[in-house]
Amino acid sequence: MKFLTTNFLKCSVQSCDTSNDNFPLAYDGSKCQLEQDESIEFNPEFLVNVLDRVEWPAILQVASDLGNTSLPPNKPVFEDSNALTEDDMAILRDLHVLLIKTSIVEGEMKCKNCGHTYYIKNGIPNLLLPPHLA
Amino acid sequence: MVKKQYLLYMVQIHTNFRLAELESLADLFNLDIDFSKYNADSPFFFVELDNDDQARQWIKRSILTKAIYEYWGKGETMEQLHDTIKNLEGFQTRKEQFKHSSFKFEFENFQGGKKKDMATKVKQMETFKYLNFEGKIDLKNPHETFTLIEEYESVVGNKAATVPLSYTFGRFVGSSDRSSMERYDLKKRPYKGTTSFEAELSLVSANIAQVKPGSLMYDPFAGTGSFLTAGGHYGALVMGSDIDGRMIRGKGANIDIKSNFNYYNESNKFLDVMTMDFTHNALRTNLVIDTILCDPPYGIRESIKILGARDPERFIGKENLVIDGEKAFLRKDYIPTKKPYSLDSLLDDLLKYSAERLPVGGRLAFWMPTANDENVETIIPLHSNLELKYNCVQEFNKWSRRLLVYINRGDTFNGPTNGGVQRSPSNFRERYFNHFNK
Repeated sequence: MKFLTTNFLKCSVQSCDTSNDNFPLAYDGSKCQLEQDESIEFNPEFLVNVLDRVEWPAILQVASDLGNTSLPPNKPVFEDSNALTEDDMAILRDLHVLLIKTSIVEGEMKCKNCGHTYYIKNGIPNLLLPPHLA
Repeated sequence: MVKKQYLLYMVQIHTNFRLAELESLADLFNLDIDFSKYNADSPFFFVELDNDDQARQWIKRSILTKAIYEYWGKGETMEQLHDTIKNLEGFQTRKEQFKHSSFKFEFENFQGGKKKDMATKVKQMETFKYLNFEGKIDLKNPHETFTLIEEYESVVGNKAATVPLSYTFGRFVGSSDRSSMERYDLKKRPYKGTTSFEAELSLVSANIAQVKPGSLMYDPFAGTGSFLTAGGHYGALVMGSDIDGRMIRGKGANIDIKSNFNYYNESNKFLDVMTMDFTHNALRTNLVIDTILCDPPYGIRESIKILGARDPERFIGKENLVIDGEKAFLRKDYIPTKKPYSLDSLLDDLLKYSAERLPVGGRLAFWMPTANDENVETIIPLHSNLELKYNCVQEFNKWSRRLLVYINRGDTFNGPTNGGVQRSPSNFRERYFNHFNK
């Protein structure tokens, strides 16, 4: 599961939707095994697009869950996304490594509202629920 | 701007989808095209466009088109053809324009006609002498390709026609994306399954759904990822989910959805697939999804299921069950129980979800099966925020399936709705296994 996906996933339990604590899920850094996929091509235009729908505070939180506290406090902005500067490209390259290349292969994540635990196995998150939560 | 005449040469199959594809691509690229002369029964569409670039842009993604040509002439006989060419407005200028270009001639037959031998080709080419092309003939890499298309009457009985109905001549401008059908052919795909969707119509679906480069596409019933593959081909970042984890996981290393993307060299278009019940959705509610494209389970291979207990009483207190000091439902190997659900409810959920997640103007496209022999009208699910744009039917012997395409028009659209109503007169799965006999 790519790091970027952590920015899209909330708790599946419907009653948690009324809470602000159902996103992002809390990742247990000690149990998460990370991997870098070097084969995925860097595509700056694509990343600029994706960045539009990223919630930065959640990126910071999950990164910190996983032991990375060196990210800038605010979402990077680009003056002109049609004419990216060298500096922009450097930032985008770092984001590519974090959001796209980095994935959680094994691990677990928890809803901060209801406390339910979800597992990631072989890179695939399982968001199914037991009947008492469905 | 003065418009020029072009000739669109299309395939004569899936004609129920052809116009929808052409219109959707024109709309996607913001091209103002007049479809009033379009004829579903003809492989030709004579259309006015601004220039070659516009023609190429329009057609480069099309699956149900072969190619687009600059129109030079058409006739019932070769003589008539030559007359129309010579009388074409601006004919002299055109002759000059290509006078020194390297070129070649190509011959296309639409249904019937024999493969021509070289002598016949040369004989036909010589009748074009008056064009006075002085450039060299280059069969491998010509600057211009001129094409003569012969149209034959369709086969009657088992006798193919031998004399063409018409001759059409044009200069090749751009090819379509039809060759991708071969590239994405299921036979060659590393990971596929019994529910995989054929390449041709999955690519057509992605075109009609207007999947855009750099956008986000979601398939909530991903299965083996057929529609994710099609969406990735057209440049979207794709993600999928399925309640059946076996499909999502695949058959081991290098035989799964992700490895299909690697195989097609499109790994950067693949975001993730997850094991998830669509009706207990875990994508955050404010995430904008540009396109939703899917083939919902209609319960043929397996009945439709969602999370929850079929018999809730049996599960009372099960949440307190402890195995090896751990709550059973929190163990890594826990398998949740599922209960049956109706297709009507599932499609209601899909429409509601799309109305909430798609941007205004964004498209939802999905496939729906119906039995042909029922004397009841097929009721298409509707939602008050969604405009039903296309309803393209593919007929089989005793059943058919249709691609339904909706555009999100937002809260103020106030369209008709039939959510919560039982629409299917009978269970499609039952009917399917009864071979549609009552």
